[in-house]
Amino acid sequence: MKNFEYASPRTEAEILSVLSPAGDTEIIAGGTDLVGLLQQSIVAPRRVVNILDVPSLRDVELLDEGVVSIGAAVTLDVLLAHPYLNPYPAIGQAIEGIASMQLQCQGTLGGEILQRPQCWFFRDGRGLLAGGGKLAAEGENRYHAILGNGGAAKFVSSSRLAPALVALGASVRVIGPAEEDEMFIPVADLFRIPRHEGERENTLLPGQLLTHILLPAADGVASATYEVRHGAGPDYPLASAAAVLRIEGGVVREARIVLGQVAPTPWESDEAAQMLVGWTVNESLADAAGSAAVAQATPLSHNGYKVQLAKTAVKRAILRAAGLETGGL
Amino acid sequence: MADAYFWPTKEKSQAIGTRVKRLDGPEKSNGTAKYTYDINIKNQLIAKALGCPHAHCKITSIDVAPALKVKGVVHAEPLKQSGNEIEWQGELLAVIAAETEAAAREGVAAIKVEYEMLPVFVEEDNLAAAEAAMRTSKGGGKAQTEKEPGDDDDEDEFIEKEIARLLKESAHVVEAEYGIDPITHCCLEPHGSTVAWEGNKLLVHLSTQNVSGTDEGFARDLNITSDDVTVHCDYIGGGFGSKFAPDYWGIAAARISKATGRPVKFMLDRDQELKLGGSRPSGYIKVKLGADKDGVVQVWDSEHWGSAGATNPGGVSHTVVPYVFTPKNYRRLATNIKTNHAQARAWRAPNHPQACAITQTALDDLAMKMGANSLDIFLKNLGTDENPGVSGAKPSVYKAEMEEGARLIGWKELWHPHGKGPAKGSVVEGLGLAIHTWGGGANQSSCLVKIHPDGGVETTCGTQDLGVGTRTVLALVLAECFGLPYESIKVNIGSSKMPVSGPSGGSTTVGGVSESHRRAGQDAFRHLAALVGEKLAVDPATLEAVKGRIQVVGNPDKSVSWKEATSLLGMKPLEVKGEYTRGTASPLSNSQVGGVQMAHVAVDKETGIIKVKKYVAVQDIGLVVAPTQAESQIYGAVIMGIAYSLFEERISDPKTGAFVNCELKDYKLARLGDIGEIVVKFYEPESERSRGVIGLGEPPVISPGAAISNAVCNALGVRVPTLPMTPQRVLAAIEKGARAGG
Amino acid sequence: MAPQTTKAERTSSLRPPAGFSRRDFLRGSSAVAAASALQQQATALAQEAAGVAIVAGETAITLNVNGKDHQVKAEPRTTLLDVLRYQLDLTGAKPVCNDGSSGAATILVDGKPMQANVMLALQAVGKKIQSVESLAGDAVPKAFVECDAQQCGFCTPGFVVAVRAFLNQKPKATEEEIRKGLNGNLCRCGTYANIVHAALLVVKGDA
Repeated sequence: MKNFEYASPRTEAEILSVLSPAGDTEIIAGGTDLVGLLQQSIVAPRRVVNILDVPSLRDVELLDEGVVSIGAAVTLDVLLAHPYLNPYPAIGQAIEGIASMQLQCQGTLGGEILQRPQCWFFRDGRGLLAGGGKLAAEGENRYHAILGNGGAAKFVSSSRLAPALVALGASVRVIGPAEEDEMFIPVADLFRIPRHEGERENTLLPGQLLTHILLPAADGVASATYEVRHGAGPDYPLASAAAVLRIEGGVVREARIVLGQVAPTPWESDEAAQMLVGWTVNESLADAAGSAAVAQATPLSHNGYKVQLAKTAVKRAILRAAGLETGGL
Repeated sequence: MADAYFWPTKEKSQAIGTRVKRLDGPEKSNGTAKYTYDINIKNQLIAKALGCPHAHCKITSIDVAPALKVKGVVHAEPLKQSGNEIEWQGELLAVIAAETEAAAREGVAAIKVEYEMLPVFVEEDNLAAAEAAMRTSKGGGKAQTEKEPGDDDDEDEFIEKEIARLLKESAHVVEAEYGIDPITHCCLEPHGSTVAWEGNKLLVHLSTQNVSGTDEGFARDLNITSDDVTVHCDYIGGGFGSKFAPDYWGIAAARISKATGRPVKFMLDRDQELKLGGSRPSGYIKVKLGADKDGVVQVWDSEHWGSAGATNPGGVSHTVVPYVFTPKNYRRLATNIKTNHAQARAWRAPNHPQACAITQTALDDLAMKMGANSLDIFLKNLGTDENPGVSGAKPSVYKAEMEEGARLIGWKELWHPHGKGPAKGSVVEGLGLAIHTWGGGANQSSCLVKIHPDGGVETTCGTQDLGVGTRTVLALVLAECFGLPYESIKVNIGSSKMPVSGPSGGSTTVGGVSESHRRAGQDAFRHLAALVGEKLAVDPATLEAVKGRIQVVGNPDKSVSWKEATSLLGMKPLEVKGEYTRGTASPLSNSQVGGVQMAHVAVDKETGIIKVKKYVAVQDIGLVVAPTQAESQIYGAVIMGIAYSLFEERISDPKTGAFVNCELKDYKLARLGDIGEIVVKFYEPESERSRGVIGLGEPPVISPGAAISNAVCNALGVRVPTLPMTPQRVLAAIEKGARAGG
Repeated sequence: MAPQTTKAERTSSLRPPAGFSRRDFLRGSSAVAAASALQQQATALAQEAAGVAIVAGETAITLNVNGKDHQVKAEPRTTLLDVLRYQLDLTGAKPVCNDGSSGAATILVDGKPMQANVMLALQAVGKKIQSVESLAGDAVPKAFVECDAQQCGFCTPGFVVAVRAFLNQKPKATEEEIRKGLNGNLCRCGTYANIVHAALLVVKGDA
């Protein structure tokens, strides 16, 4: 790997002072994704900025109106055990799915959300879009996207927590070089489907920093994540889904369904959510919502099976959120 | 002296067959065991190599000079030149040696290479595509029928007709395809070495399963003689059949060390280890089998294909098809496919796991077709000891093991006809079995056992410990000979300067080192017994070594302590050489074992996820020297088997030929939570124990593919034809079954 | 949450959540904090940018490993694993993967299990690092020996540290919890069955 400069600021202001607007700076926290990318020369920044030693980024706090604020550098094991997160089981379930104590203890929430895609063409140094999408479209694409894959981007968003965060309506605080750059945007808006090789899969600009993730008060909503995992290890799921339901009097009043590992971004399915509203959750309703979630899927040559897995993930996430048996292994 | 060497009976044994702690367990557990990767020699350079990014290309230019400008880089050595054709991804093109690993990597990234792309072929499962790409060659075959052709018959034509007739007359016919994808050895310690020269003498710390046999390779390639080479390996982080030679990267390390005058550590990177360090050939088969009304196979007709890479194409040998079972009429044909992959290497039980997985599945499909109990069908096809239907072990051994396995897994209680078990939501369960055999005869081994006058005992032997527990085995064997606690035996292994022992491959190590050490031990004891007999005025032949004493058999009153006995040696230690030559008939060791394995699985029909709930392995290995360690080896084999049945495969991108899952996050292996309950049982009645020691490394890794596939088939009522049985494949099989069924 | 909103209606500029304005980490309010341990140690190669030390090239740092301070040299790109193995000759943690999927380089950092191969050495300044070598007298390696929970042994040190960390969290872990909780480490020889036995032995207090 190429050498780089290193800084370890102690405050957000200090971080901003060492972030280069030229886009040749990478943020490091747990390192569980970035160090591998550096070793393989997939990214070759001029400077790496460590944010682990910034106290304000390591706090979990309860704000007014029941908002839970989580610093970007809070590690996943801390979240897993934190009482403030108890009302959001979808988050804990996604963290448990990572299945490696080490990755949970070392990995941070900000890093988990902003990790780079696992696409093997990207990780082999062939670019995020890998030949304008041709490599994945014509080659080994068993783990690639089945939704949102109409453009050149065929990779899947690899964050395991993003579906839950999007479904819960979480937002993030992003700061930038100027004071007025501070903004609060929905987690969903962090992600985009890049159209050309120069674009990343997230919307952060050079010089910007994601500092906090803000969870709205759970306010009685039920939530769950269901991942279809091939094995017990930390491998990425084949498909996943998060469901957030407001159930009153046994009837779903509001719903949000977000799929993971199926599209270049976390993939929200209004179709699935709408199927649930006004009804009581049971297996056939959840199954129908699962089908609705994948009705528009456009699988590639070798990943048609992911349609069934995504459908099942949605179904089981809904059942789990409703407190019913998910079935399965 | 026909009975000069013998093992004590089970009742008389004091060390062998007892459960003991691994002798080198503490070092391995507390991090002080030094593997090749861990050897740091003062002033060493770290070497890293550039692997070819393309699976098939020609180098049009290569320039290592830019690497030399990188700070910390000391030496750059091209391994390939302009004009060289590269036939697989990962092939090393140039090596950079630097002060640190990071600098070496930066140097590697600075190397400039230009390539001309050449056509790639990696679809080893696709026979038609391979033929179209002219990548196939004959892999041999054999046909035999009970009825022999007449003098005037064209033999091929006769066989064709005869097989067609037999199939037509069969009460039950199975026609199907099966497959098993390639996997890699994936040693956790990659291949590599740390080397240092002292003048013209070369010291190589090598990650090797062939301590005594690699010095020659270094000497030949470096124009020195073997006496100037010392190969050293105290611990090896996985081999599985892939680490027998210096390899060209080992030679490169030695050359760079010579050129720079500094020690060099050169270990492959993870992706290089997976791409170059060894793989197991794939196997795919088209089968027709015919059976009589009882389910006894009368005729087998198959064609199979697969790839062992680019250099020496060769898939699964036809000689093990069908596996273990030996139908009276058969035709088998093998086709080799040349793909753009590095050459395969021996992978634990070469040929057998693949052959078992692609043929004993057909036998289970026969049971499914008949609506019969798989265990009954397997039993019926065993034949009798007088008229066997199987090879390797005796039918009675397999039968006894099947009965034991069935009891341990609860076959009778849990079995149901294929696809007809109770479902819990989308989850169904099933049972499956498979049987296997292996030779496992002892390898060549020499050792030098030294008994010091003060009572100390040590052995020196140029063998290695792959994880088998070699040190523990040696100590137990000598402890048995001398009536001493096994921990008191000092074991020195791991250097080419020690008495020569064979490579650890083919389940030959424990047999070999037990041979040499028992021989040396018994000879040494006889020498001591003569001295003790004289002192006690008794016939030395009446003496035995028990619990730290040498005594008249059964009579501790007529005895001396071990130390008193060894003091009779005077000033000079007693040195006894033990030697065994491979292939020599001996009462101490033997070959040919049989084993039976059974799996109980659960399958989620909605996701295609499979979990192994319980797995039973019943194994004959003759005499079990170190049962705890042997048991570990079976656990390990079963777990490797679960990995290649459910998770593991080399995935090649058909367009680029890239090995796309060459990092461990994508190269899926079984984890601790994936293994279920594993029950190991040695089949060790006196009839088998008295045969002596037989190797264990390979046999238990053979059956898992077929046993787990058969269990999944029993659960689902449809076959998932190809391993690994990924969710993708399970769902496809269910869908295909649903289409066929309705 | 606002589940009734659809994707199209979402805006990109939300109102700051109430309570945020009181927070002292807002921009402009943060005085430069006390110099970090790294800043204090940064050599002449370091430059200053708005009070933040920027390290370029090799620098001397102090790492606290197994209860002792060690002076080592590290470039920004140097991993903690490289320092442990090449400078301190603590080779128990192994280089097996690039992506944190193997657990072979597991160490304890301030008591938590982490992987030294995906951590920069400079990030470890000021932390308490424990490698497997510090566990020589611990019940976990003893239980591994007792239960024959190793074959080739290359993954074993990482597993030993992982089991120690896991049981620190869950001293009374059940077999089910053990099977669920120790999946961050990879073994190729297949020693998992006996690792389960070893962990249970430690729980029972017999090791």
